[in-house]
Amino acid sequence: MTKKILSTPIKDEDLEGLNVGDVVYLTGHLVTCRDVAHRRLIELKRELPVDIRGGAIFHAGPIVRKKDDGKFEMVSIGPTTSMRMEKFEREFIKQTGVKLIVGKGGMGPETMAGCKEHKAVHAIFPGGCAVLAATQVEEIERAEWQDLGMPETLWVNRVREFGPLIISIDTKGNNLIEQNKAVFNEKKKPIMDKIKSQVRFIK
Amino acid sequence: MNKDQSIQDMTDTMAKFTSYIGKRLPNDVKDKLAELRTFETNPLAKAVYTSMADNQEAADKLDRPSCQDTGVIQYFIKAGARFPLLGELEEILRNATQGATRMGPLRHNAVETFDEKNTGTNTGTNIPWLDWEIVPDDDGATIDVYMAGGGCTLPGKATVLMPGEGYEGVTDFVFDVITSRGVNACPPLLVGIGVSTSAETAARLSKRAILREVGSRNANENAALMEKLLEEGLNEVGIGPQGLTGANSVMGVNIEASARHPSTIGVAVSTGCWAHRRGKIRFKADLSYEIISHKGAVL
Repeated sequence: MTKKILSTPIKDEDLEGLNVGDVVYLTGHLVTCRDVAHRRLIELKRELPVDIRGGAIFHAGPIVRKKDDGKFEMVSIGPTTSMRMEKFEREFIKQTGVKLIVGKGGMGPETMAGCKEHKAVHAIFPGGCAVLAATQVEEIERAEWQDLGMPETLWVNRVREFGPLIISIDTKGNNLIEQNKAVFNEKKKPIMDKIKSQVRFIK
Repeated sequence: MNKDQSIQDMTDTMAKFTSYIGKRLPNDVKDKLAELRTFETNPLAKAVYTSMADNQEAADKLDRPSCQDTGVIQYFIKAGARFPLLGELEEILRNATQGATRMGPLRHNAVETFDEKNTGTNTGTNIPWLDWEIVPDDDGATIDVYMAGGGCTLPGKATVLMPGEGYEGVTDFVFDVITSRGVNACPPLLVGIGVSTSAETAARLSKRAILREVGSRNANENAALMEKLLEEGLNEVGIGPQGLTGANSVMGVNIEASARHPSTIGVAVSTGCWAHRRGKIRFKADLSYEIISHKGAVL
């Protein structure tokens, strides 16, 4: 099977055919952007120092090493829990024109609405696989808002075939993790009843 | 060896060990993941297990932290009352954390609350977090190091149930936490449960529970039964790696318990992600040491 590769800048038509559960890879630019950067843009109305229209963000706080020549080296970069950005993401997509949001775990109804309204997708990179991801970063081109410290700085990465990226929210507003959670919740009731009948230790 | 030299030696060893456990998983976790991988048929689950294995291999080869979130450093100390450096341990572990941060390198994960400033050293007010147990009439020290990452810390929850809710209520509580918040915490998880008298005692025990080996069982017959039932039940839900559905949900369920007030059942859940980075090291009084968690490890 050939790899499906997205390149930045990403166009609406690149994403329209994608469905939840599809696996893609990214070549181009991927900017780390997490809690405080979202808060600064949405709540504090500060402009992002990086133009990410048609771009991709990564919910991630990496380990970065400063080399002797003053350049930065990506040591370890895996996804962080995307749900923390749920509160901001719909407005974030609207304001920035970002097309691909990479993170870990599911996001909620606000992000689903944002993805549908503005043709964007959320994708899961396998959590904890941070060295694998670092080896797919060719270079850190810029570092903005360094006052936020290592995890929260906006690291502008040039990446090559970055993935696997599992589409978890598509442009139709489908949500893979929410679908899975509905299955889990349906399955758990009889399982719990069975367990409860065997743990009546208080008699 | 004079005392200053001893302090320096133990600090170096603990810095190296703390850095080491961020790069390589303990034997029990490694073995369990290899076993769980063989059960998967779902293509997404298989793809994720492949990424996980590739990642651990790359981390080992490139000598880098396998997950970028190297956590808040926590040390669980079981020290003999006659351990020669008992009074110096706090300072030793604080300096070891700073050493490991440079050596790893570890991500800077200590943010001073209220001031909301990252200290940049992984040390801060009461961080690294120390948990003490003193063993009378002993001169050694066993230290568990744990990297408490953000993702696997987020599901943590404690409550106090009424006795009428019983162990049935404990079952409800555990399932709710794991099937909602646990899905985002990098499953397959190691689930730690504290059953005790109040919120904080249960919470502490739930954390101790995830320091216990995967596959070990509580010595109490009923607690062991409950571990087994919850493990099988959660696996039946089929959360799979990263919540993408699959053959299993958890690496295991460990319960730690204490006696309780007749009117309360304190219960808490702590979770360890698949990249469960912990290590156990045992020092003798002469500061010679043995690494228990990672066979053949050389610091």
